[in-house]
Amino acid sequence: MSQLRNVRGLLGTKLGMTQVWDENNRVVPVTVIEAGSNVVTQVRSADTDGYTAVQLGFGEVKATKVTKPMAGHFERAGVTPRRHVVEIRTADAAEYSLGQSVGADVFSAGEKVDVTGTSKGKGFAGVMKRHGFSGVSASHGSHRNHRKPGSIGGASTPGRVFAGQKMPGRMGNETVTIQNVTVHAVDADKGLILVRGAIPGPRGTLVLVRSAAKAKGDDR
Amino acid sequence: MTNPIDALAAQRVRDDIPDFRAGDTLRVHVKVVEGNRSRIQLFQGVCIRVHGSGVGRTFTVRKVSFGVGVERTFPLHTPIIDKIEVVTRGDVRRAKLYYLRNLRGKAAKIKEKRDAPVSR
Repeated sequence: MSQLRNVRGLLGTKLGMTQVWDENNRVVPVTVIEAGSNVVTQVRSADTDGYTAVQLGFGEVKATKVTKPMAGHFERAGVTPRRHVVEIRTADAAEYSLGQSVGADVFSAGEKVDVTGTSKGKGFAGVMKRHGFSGVSASHGSHRNHRKPGSIGGASTPGRVFAGQKMPGRMGNETVTIQNVTVHAVDADKGLILVRGAIPGPRGTLVLVRSAAKAKGDDR
Repeated sequence: MTNPIDALAAQRVRDDIPDFRAGDTLRVHVKVVEGNRSRIQLFQGVCIRVHGSGVGRTFTVRKVSFGVGVERTFPLHTPIIDKIEVVTRGDVRRAKLYYLRNLRGKAAKIKEKRDAPVSR
């Protein structure tokens, strides 16, 4: 990160998907993100912290559920405690003030954003589902090995399985970022952001929406 | 109980759509934009399928044009539909009338529904 850009970010809840019509009356599949009530809980500056960032809080939490250190942190910002806190590294962090509320209107329609969330957990998955292996033939004498990986390496040379060999295991439930998602519309009153297409995770999950890292030209 | 998704979808749902089901003959008035002027095109045929629910509901109209079967699927709530007229109510025993694709001429005709339903 040699050149830090001005990044706008918001925490939100994925509400689900629906469809709307665009100006050409074509169907647009959209994901609705509820991103109201973000507040600035801390502003990091190069002098005190060595980098510039803005820390946002989002989500309701009972005051009694908050640990003493976090309660003090929120009190210093002059806001009620929030469930989730995230830092967004941005060059213009100095323009934010403690306790300032940040709404869905930081993004505008047509803009490109990156959406980060936790993908749906798939449990212990085999190689066909997890790594897209082809499996073994359905017929031609195959017996009870239709979804197996096949060979996982050599014999006495090298005498071991190479590290990183793709094997069955836990799949999903990991942090996934979808880049360059188009914002279709923003409803600032209701705190809703409509982004085109799908985003990671089940409904009701926490997502982080940020200005696109790789947006080209005018989208920036 | 206000789910923002439902509220958002409800804004797009049209309330000027008549009730119909598979087997009904429909006359769909479709807005066609050519350059900068728009006109209404008619598409008349038998509804062979109503699929989905809510704002994503679609229906398929089949007609036979110059001996060639033509099917067109519309989103029920799309703004390109000016209006839908129900020409006749059909008397059918299926929700999806895919069997019409294999029938020609008189065999592909659908009986019209009698107005007074017979007591069961």
